[in-house]
Amino acid sequence: MGYTVTEKILLAHTDKRSISPGDLIECKVDLCLGNDITAPIAISEFEKTGVDEVFDNKKIALVPDHFSPAKDIKSAEQLKILRDFARKYSIKYYYEIGCMGIEHALLPEEGLTVPGDLIIGADSHTCTYGAVGAFSTGVGSTDLAAVFIRGRIWFKVPESIKFIYSGKLNKWVGGKDLILYTIGDIGVGGALYKAMEFTGDAIERLPMDDRFAMCNMAIEAGGKNGIIAADETTLKYVKETAKKSKKKWKIYKSDKDAQYCEVKKYDVSKLEPMVSLPPLPSNAKPVSQVKNVRIDQSVIGSCTNGRISDLRMAAKVLKGKKVHKDVRCIIFPATQATYLQAMDEGLMEIFIKSGCAVSTPTCGPCLGGHMGILAAGERSIATTNRNFIGRMGHLKSEVYLSNPAVAAASAVKGRIAHPEEVI
Amino acid sequence: MILKGRAWKFSNDINTDEIIPAKYLVSVDPKELGAYCMDGIIPGFSKGVRTGDIIVAGKNFGCGSSREHAPLAIKGCGISCVVAESFARIFYRNSINIGLPIFECPEAARSIEEGDEVEVDASMGLIRNLTKDRTYQAKPMPGFIQELIEAGGLMKWVVKKR
Repeated sequence: MGYTVTEKILLAHTDKRSISPGDLIECKVDLCLGNDITAPIAISEFEKTGVDEVFDNKKIALVPDHFSPAKDIKSAEQLKILRDFARKYSIKYYYEIGCMGIEHALLPEEGLTVPGDLIIGADSHTCTYGAVGAFSTGVGSTDLAAVFIRGRIWFKVPESIKFIYSGKLNKWVGGKDLILYTIGDIGVGGALYKAMEFTGDAIERLPMDDRFAMCNMAIEAGGKNGIIAADETTLKYVKETAKKSKKKWKIYKSDKDAQYCEVKKYDVSKLEPMVSLPPLPSNAKPVSQVKNVRIDQSVIGSCTNGRISDLRMAAKVLKGKKVHKDVRCIIFPATQATYLQAMDEGLMEIFIKSGCAVSTPTCGPCLGGHMGILAAGERSIATTNRNFIGRMGHLKSEVYLSNPAVAAASAVKGRIAHPEEVI
Repeated sequence: MILKGRAWKFSNDINTDEIIPAKYLVSVDPKELGAYCMDGIIPGFSKGVRTGDIIVAGKNFGCGSSREHAPLAIKGCGISCVVAESFARIFYRNSINIGLPIFECPEAARSIEEGDEVEVDASMGLIRNLTKDRTYQAKPMPGFIQELIEAGGLMKWVVKKR
């Protein structure tokens, strides 16, 4: 019997000769990640054991991106815990402010996530790296502490769901819309404990940034991981990014006779840009059906949609336009490299002339941290990944999820709008 | 170990932002986090909790972020265990790792009502609704996970294996 790409990567990281869904296995970890919210607990758990060395200081990444630059004294203290630990154990991939970016945009850009890797991170959106054909999944802080010591982690081998997307995508429709549509179809628990494998001709044509956005939100359907087997598009990307890290990769693809617990087929040729209404990512509707929803804020950025092609899409809509007088539009380039490229391409000038505020990279308002918190009764459209109650601020505030073009168009119109209404 | 208390009932898809909103993630102290447990869904929840009380929830409990602060807050406010139809996977791992007892039992989760007196035999996975005089059997934990629990949690197991 054949294996899926997820099963092949898991198997390659065990001492076993075969595995099947449901097996509990222990895997070697190629890279583990923590941030300023989750790593302090991991570090404290690590220190409590009395162990005084990490398994490999070149396989740990620490990214202070959530509450940084420090929003208050308590977050400054959490950031300091990361910094001190990174210095003490000579952690190679610690990113100080100035080099720091949003973890799930930064690590692929640094060439640290390559095809065939097994990556865990104490952050639920670690599943993003499935876009390069790696197995990657989110865990908790104590799991991370255990990996600091042993370099290994236990998993239950997940069943896989195969998603097949066919058809040419409409203008203004991309990876974000595909994943919102998918979560809308299967629900926030639709892939609970399972691997989500994205395939089909529409995926083959999908650029890397869109693939990242899709795999990023696998967790919003309860998935253990999202994965797109590496192809020509992946290789072109990795050949460039891995120049810096010098990491080697290995390509795995699903066997023809691989077993899936479910196969979902979608014709996406008529798909519109999607908007997910509060309070769950699964409340997805075509933008044309979301009428007369006034907004107070538009957030463009995050680990889902803060990459260069996202900013290009927003700039295309905003060029020569003005943000509506009742709207605050805040743009968060996900990394320093993205920031610089956006400057080189003239996108920053477009944003600032249209009346947007541009921030240094941070997770910021996505999780209700800082830099754009909502008051009671306020509403934001956002290119982020969660619209739970109170996610961006007050319990009586609301978040609508969309792609960057819709968020930009809505900023101009003052209400949720299709990009064509602005262009 | 016998856990006993009143049931607090929650629906499907309770997420970690509801269990502990991000604004409280500047602490790692279970007591401090416990004061704001469920603040995103029932502000002031922790004030009504008596030590030993039990959370009973629907499907996909603990979905959303990987924050270990969620099970820490539940434990910190005095809740003795969570019974649910199913758990989100990171929450499931985190609960085991920090020692918050959790029980997957759709029948119990559906039939226990808010305020019912519930008793749980943690080692047997036996859930008794004392108010309604009914007993349910939770899904047993896989052997490897029982090994972790018996070792005193993931970190103790890891140090032993080192």
